[in-house]
Amino acid sequence: MIRVQTQDFDVPTEYAAIAADNSDGAVVTFVGKVRDFNDGRDVTDLTLEHYPGMTESVLEQIEAQARERWPLTHVTIIHRVGTMGLGEQIVFIGVSSAHRKAAFAACEFLIDFLKTKAPFWKLEAGQQGQAWVEAKDSDDQAAAMWQQK
Amino acid sequence: MINVLFFAQVRELLGTASAQVEATDNMTAEQVREQLAATNDKWAQVLASDKLLVAVNQTISHWQAPVADGDEVAFFPPVTGG
Repeated sequence: MIRVQTQDFDVPTEYAAIAADNSDGAVVTFVGKVRDFNDGRDVTDLTLEHYPGMTESVLEQIEAQARERWPLTHVTIIHRVGTMGLGEQIVFIGVSSAHRKAAFAACEFLIDFLKTKAPFWKLEAGQQGQAWVEAKDSDDQAAAMWQQK
Repeated sequence: MINVLFFAQVRELLGTASAQVEATDNMTAEQVREQLAATNDKWAQVLASDKLLVAVNQTISHWQAPVADGDEVAFFPPVTGG
């Protein structure tokens, strides 16, 4: 299940939606939040822009790739767009599987690929004004690691 | 016509979210960029960035990718979601 939305999401609700199957022994979730600093700058809020249409299709492709690599029952990807304040939730990844190794690996794969492939952009606001977040080489390296595994 | 979209810093620097380019025979994504870069010095500078990415019909692509009448081409900086 893939959703791109402006409103916040409720983790217990999303957890319950993927954790109901008794054949799944493992549920792994990840939440990304707005942090108060980035590259030494104070951050007061964050605005997420995306490419409607392409975003959803890239997220579907990433989910399909994860399902090819690991036996997953449920996959949920929620990404917010618009302006978010400090501490607010940005992204939710949830996966369920029979065993924990697949669930842990798939969850990390999904966020690594989302960060480097899905067309979202962050505009940070702080005391020094607004600035577009620079892409990080470490994120590309994290995604590239999965090609070798 | 080729519909062109701009996102994030590229959109902000160009001052517009979209543009249209007349399609020509055997056109590539690079030629769409060149046509737009000819608009003025500012556009030439923004679209010359070696970090610029291109998507054709909502799929990440490359500069030699063919584009045709009715296609949607998008230019944007490296992505920073998550």
